[in-house]
Amino acid sequence: MSEAVPRLPDPRMIPPWQTAAAQSSAQPPAPGQGGEEAPSDAALADATLVRPFLVTGGRTRPLKDGLRIETMVYALPAALSAPLRFELRRIVELCQSPRSVAEIAVRLELPLGVARVLVADLVSGGYVTSTEPAEIPIDVIERIRDRVRAL
Amino acid sequence: MFGRSNRATTPLAVKIVISGGFGVGKTTFVGAISEIEPLVTEADLTEVSVGVDDLTGLDGKTTTTVALDFGRITLDESLWLYLFGTPGQDRFAFLWDDLVDGALGAVVLLDTRRIEDCFASLDYFEEQGTPLLLAVNRFDQARRFELEEVREALGVGAEVPIVECDARDRESVKRVLVDLVEQVLARRLGRAALAR
Repeated sequence: MSEAVPRLPDPRMIPPWQTAAAQSSAQPPAPGQGGEEAPSDAALADATLVRPFLVTGGRTRPLKDGLRIETMVYALPAALSAPLRFELRRIVELCQSPRSVAEIAVRLELPLGVARVLVADLVSGGYVTSTEPAEIPIDVIERIRDRVRAL
Repeated sequence: MFGRSNRATTPLAVKIVISGGFGVGKTTFVGAISEIEPLVTEADLTEVSVGVDDLTGLDGKTTTTVALDFGRITLDESLWLYLFGTPGQDRFAFLWDDLVDGALGAVVLLDTRRIEDCFASLDYFEEQGTPLLLAVNRFDQARRFELEEVREALGVGAEVPIVECDARDRESVKRVLVDLVEQVLARRLGRAALAR
């Protein structure tokens, strides 16, 4: 940002006289859906310019408990035709094969807490299913040990 | 409501937490073995959303967003191992409960030049009852100590294994993980024996 411009109330705000695209890249965003392109490196820096909770409508608590960062999420194919917008739609697309909540956050360039709220919304709406936390059985722990050793 | 998953292909995901002080080698450790190299971010939503952005003492940082190291290892088609590095600084402690919830165990990395840096991690996992293993990361410039000296300096009991490692070396990182899983197994089998 140049110095000759009026001071902004918050340094993370996108100045009203400047578009997000002008800051990050020469590519103009498609009208109405600037965030839908495949994420670039520059977009990572931009992600912090939008207050994260905006995506969730200000909610910080997931509708559903038990979504850990490693919880696996997968979408039902039918959810692809559901009337979902933006991030919710992208999660459904991503989770056509199972993904963890952490990977969803990475791919959508969202903070974990935001991703968790969105995934919980989708679970509550019946669009995606998530694995439930459970104690790991001993035979699985043994398998982990043997597999790591064999890596 | 665990239910039958209608997708038998969903892998079981297991998580191990990599902890220790700032700059002790957590990123290197995760990177040495992970198939992927992403960073995942988190923001302190509660704080941001109520507008309490108290940035006092944050060295000019204007956001409460933090990046976590995050790695994945596909052990087989139905079993994935995730590694998550805890953020080093105390001000991100709000993330720890989330990270550690459900973890198989924790590796606490330590640097013998700054041994006190791992106290916070150590205390945290002991309090949570998380199975843990201490791994002394070898730094070329650092004086070598006997592991028993390290144990004494830390004041940890014999139930916590201490090993030496080189966070840059994949084989070494593998050994640390195997040792940790052995420790988890020993604790689990011990518990099962007690219950009998």
